[in-house]
Amino acid sequence: DIDDVGHKYHLELVLEDVLDKDRTVNCTAEVLYHLSNKSIAPDVQFTIEGELKNTDEADNIFYNRIKSLEKELVAENIPDSHGNVSPEMEPIHLLAWVASGYVIWQNSTENTKFQLAQIKHVKQVKRSDEYLQFDYVILLHEMVSQEIIPWQMTVLWHPQHGVQVTQDSRQPKHA
Amino acid sequence: TSNMKLILIFSALFGATLCLETFVGHQVLRIETRNEEEVKKLQLLESLEHLELDFWINPSTPALPVDVRIPANCVQAVKAFLESHGIEYSILMEDLQVVLDEEKQDMAYSQQRERSSNSFNYGTYHSLDSIYAELDHLASEYSDIVSKLQIGESYEKRPLYVLKFSTGGSNRPAIWIDAGIHSREWVTQASAIWIAKKIASDYGKDPSVTSLLNKMDIFLLTVTNPDGYVFTHTTNRMWRKTRSKNQGSRCVGVDPNRNWDAGFGGPGASSNPCSDSYRGPSAHSEVEVKSIVNFIKNHGRIRAFLTLHSYSQLLMYPYGYKCTEPADYAELDALGRAAANSIQSLYGTTFTVGSICTTIYQASGGSIDWSYDYGIKYSFAFELRDTGRYGFLLPANQIIPTAEEAWLGLKKIMEHVRDNPY
Repeated sequence: DIDDVGHKYHLELVLEDVLDKDRTVNCTAEVLYHLSNKSIAPDVQFTIEGELKNTDEADNIFYNRIKSLEKELVAENIPDSHGNVSPEMEPIHLLAWVASGYVIWQNSTENTKFQLAQIKHVKQVKRSDEYLQFDYVILLHEMVSQEIIPWQMTVLWHPQHGVQVTQDSRQPKHA
Repeated sequence: TSNMKLILIFSALFGATLCLETFVGHQVLRIETRNEEEVKKLQLLESLEHLELDFWINPSTPALPVDVRIPANCVQAVKAFLESHGIEYSILMEDLQVVLDEEKQDMAYSQQRERSSNSFNYGTYHSLDSIYAELDHLASEYSDIVSKLQIGESYEKRPLYVLKFSTGGSNRPAIWIDAGIHSREWVTQASAIWIAKKIASDYGKDPSVTSLLNKMDIFLLTVTNPDGYVFTHTTNRMWRKTRSKNQGSRCVGVDPNRNWDAGFGGPGASSNPCSDSYRGPSAHSEVEVKSIVNFIKNHGRIRAFLTLHSYSQLLMYPYGYKCTEPADYAELDALGRAAANSIQSLYGTTFTVGSICTTIYQASGGSIDWSYDYGIKYSFAFELRDTGRYGFLLPANQIIPTAEEAWLGLKKIMEHVRDNPY
């Protein structure tokens, strides 16, 4: 407890590569949740001990594939009701996962636990610069309230410059 | 001005006549809006009730497409409206009736194939009808130990079917297992039907199951919330609650695992009908819950109450409505850990063990709290795979591994119940 500021947590964790379960790396982090009357994202500081896998080749293949599409990519329900994700959509799924991590961070408190539940809709927006842009509507599952929350996010990505969420907004739930 | 726009719309659609009941000639269009202005035009269109447009995705944001079913007589007029405003659309379905007829034929064909070839695929997700057909098939194939009972009806009047596994006797002490109380947790209904088959086929072969059924009965409710389950297939894959109407609210459904008479009304459940954890107007207001309560009370000798949920990989005992330990904490915790070890022994899947309150959150009105306070000592809730990568949308190829490992955990608990009569 830090008076007048909030609650700070010191964490020691092990990160596991989702695509390669045997690959792990240690991590230490400090998370400061601000007092609940302020809606500010928690402060996060972290150190990774070791290296993350190099994904340059796969990144470039995906980048070139999307850049060379004649018609903008459009897709929905990833995974589908039965949990299927087609191989072509797997990078789109992973990108949403990373981007949703940012949205989740910005909206987390000590009383929330968010997971990406599904991509409802994704639409590529062609750009004149080198970035790829995808407009997503995702569903976030919030475990404490058990609510499914639709969320719109605009995601930019480039193999060397990484991921950016340039715009995001919570959407109204259907009745 | 918007009045001018209304006049333009009315004159453009003046030709539309009364639209019919069948779906012959109905078209489903997908409209890709580019900006807020186009969304507003569609919302205007939506407000013209006489057109009887059926929006499958309502206009709300340019980021989402708008899908709309248009009755045959209005199709040309609506297209003319869209074209005159430069709004792009594509035709998803040229004739909805043709699509429906084909779908019906496909389903009938595969149902027929399943029935005649007698090959229920346990490694895939099934419709309610398909699961119910398999219950009948199991009761008939293993008629010496399996029978099907109806314990009540859902809100929308679907039967609630329980499989009874028994080798005889008269009102033997019994174990209760239920799945699918939350309809979106599809791996639970799928695991339950696999477990039904497992119990039936293992009797006489596996010493543990054989000795268990020689002393006790098992009651298995594979689909606790059939209305919700159907809804996840037809309309909203993420639906959790029942489908009961809430007085004074446009929101439907009650969270059936906040509706039990255990700390009802306390923290950890919502009083808002629109919430996914709405507790309902009163304890046991949901017929799905009441039916189980009645069954358990009338039976009188239920010794364990085990319920399946997903996801998170947890094995929990009471309490959820309060954070104090149950009287049997030591025994339940030790048994939970033994069960989790059994689960892990198969594929390495780790389950975290603890009380509901300390493991996930305080939640009032939960089923195992009710069963425990009612006197059923061995009350456990499982949260099956995974831990969030796919969540509710667990790929079908994980159904059988999930069911196999869950079965080991359930078996461990049931063996303890068999060996520790009370």
